[in-house]
Amino acid sequence: MTIDISQFHQIFFEEAAEHLAAMESLLLAVDVSQPDPDDLNAIFRAAHSIKGGAGTFGFSDITQVTHVLESLLDRIRKNEIAITQEMIDAFLQAGDVLKSLVEGHQFGSVADDDQVAAVTRQLEQLSEHSGAAAAESESWLDVVCARSADLQQPERLHTLLENLRSLGHADLLDDRSPDTLHLRIAATVAPETVKEMLGFFTDENSVRITPPEAAVNQAPAEDAYGFFTDIPAPAPEASAGEDEGFGFFVDEAALRANQEEADGFGFFVSPETLRQQQEDAQGFGFFTAPEELRAQQESAQGYGLFVEPTPSAAEPATPMIATRGPTAKVDKPAAKTEAAKPANVESSSIRVGIEKVDQLINLVGELVITQAMLAQTAADYDPVQFERLLNGLALLERNTRDLQESVMSIRMMPMSFVFSRFPRVVRDLASKLGKQIELKTVGESTELDKSLIEKITDPLTHLVRNSLDHGIEMPAERLAKGKSAKGTLTLSASHQGGNIVIEVADDGQGLNRERILAKARERGLPVHDNMPDQEVWQLIFAPGFSTAAQITDVSGRGVGMDVVKKNIEGMGGRVDLYSVAGHGSKVTIRLPLTLAILDGMSVALGEETFIVPLTYIMESLQPPREDIKTVAGQGRVVHVRGEYLPLVALHQVLNLQPKYTDPHDGIVIIVEADGEKAALFVDELVGQHQVVIKSLESNYRKVPGIAAATIMGDGRVALILDVAALVRMSKHH
Amino acid sequence: MQAAQDMLNTQAAEAGAREFLTFTLGNEEYGIDILKVQEIRGYDAVTKIANAPDFIKGVINLRGVIVPIVDMRIKFNLGNVEYNQFTVVIILNVAQRIVGIVVDGVSDVITMTQEQIRPAPEFGSTMDTQYLMGLGTLDNRMIILTDIEKLMTSADMQLMDEALA
Repeated sequence: MTIDISQFHQIFFEEAAEHLAAMESLLLAVDVSQPDPDDLNAIFRAAHSIKGGAGTFGFSDITQVTHVLESLLDRIRKNEIAITQEMIDAFLQAGDVLKSLVEGHQFGSVADDDQVAAVTRQLEQLSEHSGAAAAESESWLDVVCARSADLQQPERLHTLLENLRSLGHADLLDDRSPDTLHLRIAATVAPETVKEMLGFFTDENSVRITPPEAAVNQAPAEDAYGFFTDIPAPAPEASAGEDEGFGFFVDEAALRANQEEADGFGFFVSPETLRQQQEDAQGFGFFTAPEELRAQQESAQGYGLFVEPTPSAAEPATPMIATRGPTAKVDKPAAKTEAAKPANVESSSIRVGIEKVDQLINLVGELVITQAMLAQTAADYDPVQFERLLNGLALLERNTRDLQESVMSIRMMPMSFVFSRFPRVVRDLASKLGKQIELKTVGESTELDKSLIEKITDPLTHLVRNSLDHGIEMPAERLAKGKSAKGTLTLSASHQGGNIVIEVADDGQGLNRERILAKARERGLPVHDNMPDQEVWQLIFAPGFSTAAQITDVSGRGVGMDVVKKNIEGMGGRVDLYSVAGHGSKVTIRLPLTLAILDGMSVALGEETFIVPLTYIMESLQPPREDIKTVAGQGRVVHVRGEYLPLVALHQVLNLQPKYTDPHDGIVIIVEADGEKAALFVDELVGQHQVVIKSLESNYRKVPGIAAATIMGDGRVALILDVAALVRMSKHH
Repeated sequence: MQAAQDMLNTQAAEAGAREFLTFTLGNEEYGIDILKVQEIRGYDAVTKIANAPDFIKGVINLRGVIVPIVDMRIKFNLGNVEYNQFTVVIILNVAQRIVGIVVDGVSDVITMTQEQIRPAPEFGSTMDTQYLMGLGTLDNRMIILTDIEKLMTSADMQLMDEALA
């Protein structure tokens, strides 16, 4: 049977992209002075998973880069070398290179080989510069020495290891034997030095040091007996370890290694075999250990199924419980791995194509319509006679709503998906511009429809770049103004009514009213000095408008803000700008929660029903005749609480036959769109609904004044009004 | 079933024959490629679209999909424009879009070989000749074979945005 492996490529690409994103956000969060071991492990795992996947699919270029990256990371997380800012920069670059390599395989684009080589070289250099032992197994010195009375004491043994570690990396491989000690020391340490050091603790003549090549062949012979076998009695660390639930691990090296294994990939034999096994276990979830290292199989997920270490790879592994250890000991580590599992998020989520979810949403939409249809029909039935039917329908309604909500929530994603990319953007830009910027994000858990999440990223990036480039001043300038040298950029997301509000705020210099006005005059835009601020700010959304004194490669070409506005309006949202000179500016984006469903008011006009999105509606009223005035004999305005609002007669804009032509007989809805209010005159209000938005354009074309269509409870189509466009259209009538 | 259908189609294609659905508009009989027809249904209540030309009757809900309905009788000034239970709508699937057309009546499905199809004259039909594939003859009936996809996507029908049309 042959399996077409390419079918899994897509999954790898997606996963790799996710791992890279996770790695990047973790790297950015690393505090160089005090790195969190959990984060370092997570970064390592991300790099490792990519390597594993790339290896499986034969993307050797990715494997090469990840391998170098991973070896360096591995040593950092084992505290062999300290992480530096330089390394983080290199890791971020490596992340970028990997991304381009992954995309290279995914889309057939060509990655920059020079860049790949440069990053690899840099990582290798970092690895060498950091001085300490090389991490590869062949560069270990294998040391066996007699165990003197001195070394029978755990304290002394510990001191010895401490001393050895001051020279380079050192591990205690085996201290089960009462007579000999088995150690390994990084090959960078001269054998003489080791001998000398050991001489303080034991007979120098008993020390045998095996050079690296031989060690590989020799060392594992003893390791293979593993920690599942009997534990020598005088091992104080072991009893201490038991309290912590590490019953199987005796020596210090193993204990430490166990901590490294916090991600729950079971147990292991020696640090030497550990590395190999970890690689396999993490990469693929299962593995066959390389023959040199013995068939030491483990249950990768830590389900408590332990496999006996077998001395030969050819011999099939047999499941077993720890050889002599009490059963209780088995449970403890199992419980530990179990507890570590929630960290492994992948096991609790599944990957589903977006089209499947969309189909589900469509079907539920249909179900909602059918349910509404049934409810409407049943409304005419006698409630006494058809009690059970009506009860059933009420239940159906509730269940449909719940179902709809759950299904809609599948598409919802937290804003952190968008926000998480900004630390990197801000960091890179700040260093490029020579500014000091602190990024704050608020409300990352606010959920938004996936399609909106995807579309909001570009406009937001643009706004952030704008704020950094034009908004926040240079540190010296800030200090001169009495502000702290570090500028603050705040990204926040929150729910407000049926909307999600995303804000990009900075504490920079704010917009320059005079400059905008001057620029607008230069471009021949209709402006005057007494324009309210709000209108002045809106000018920067005009195409090609830039007040930047000089064009930088960050921003300032003036192609941005109009595109931002257009994109956001395309999503049914709107952009507002607030600015105080010298104190900063704030851009507020309001978006509907989802594109698929809308809260609307259905209104009747003649024989037709239209939906007015609730977000536009402020109030509705029946104006007294005397409040309706004409301007210049044609345009009509309605006087509402001191304001004169233009009257937009829907039947005139849409050329339909209404029931009423006098606004006093019908009803007017006060709507607000694009910051302007208007009075929309219709025949009557019908009711409030949640409607499923259906595209009119998929089979027809765009209709001016109509945003989309929906299907009403009776199965008929109703059109959703584009209020902003209607108000605009009415001006031309 | 599908395989059998495919085989029939291939056989037909080999013989240079194609299947057409014929419908009447006034006294004229038209034929359209059967593969463009999704279904045939009665005329339902339509929702009018603002500022649309009069031959676009509006949109209907076809199992959750919003489908525009074009009355060919109005568009081509043929037949009696009245809507009753016998009014027929042909739902077409053209250019990845679904469109319904109202006609006087659907006659049948015919198979035509290349020999039976004559090139259309420069005039003689209410339709612009660019939308005609030719004239077919079958038992003394003249069938106007229409390139329905070209017709429905044309700017004439105003069914699509300018950019697409």
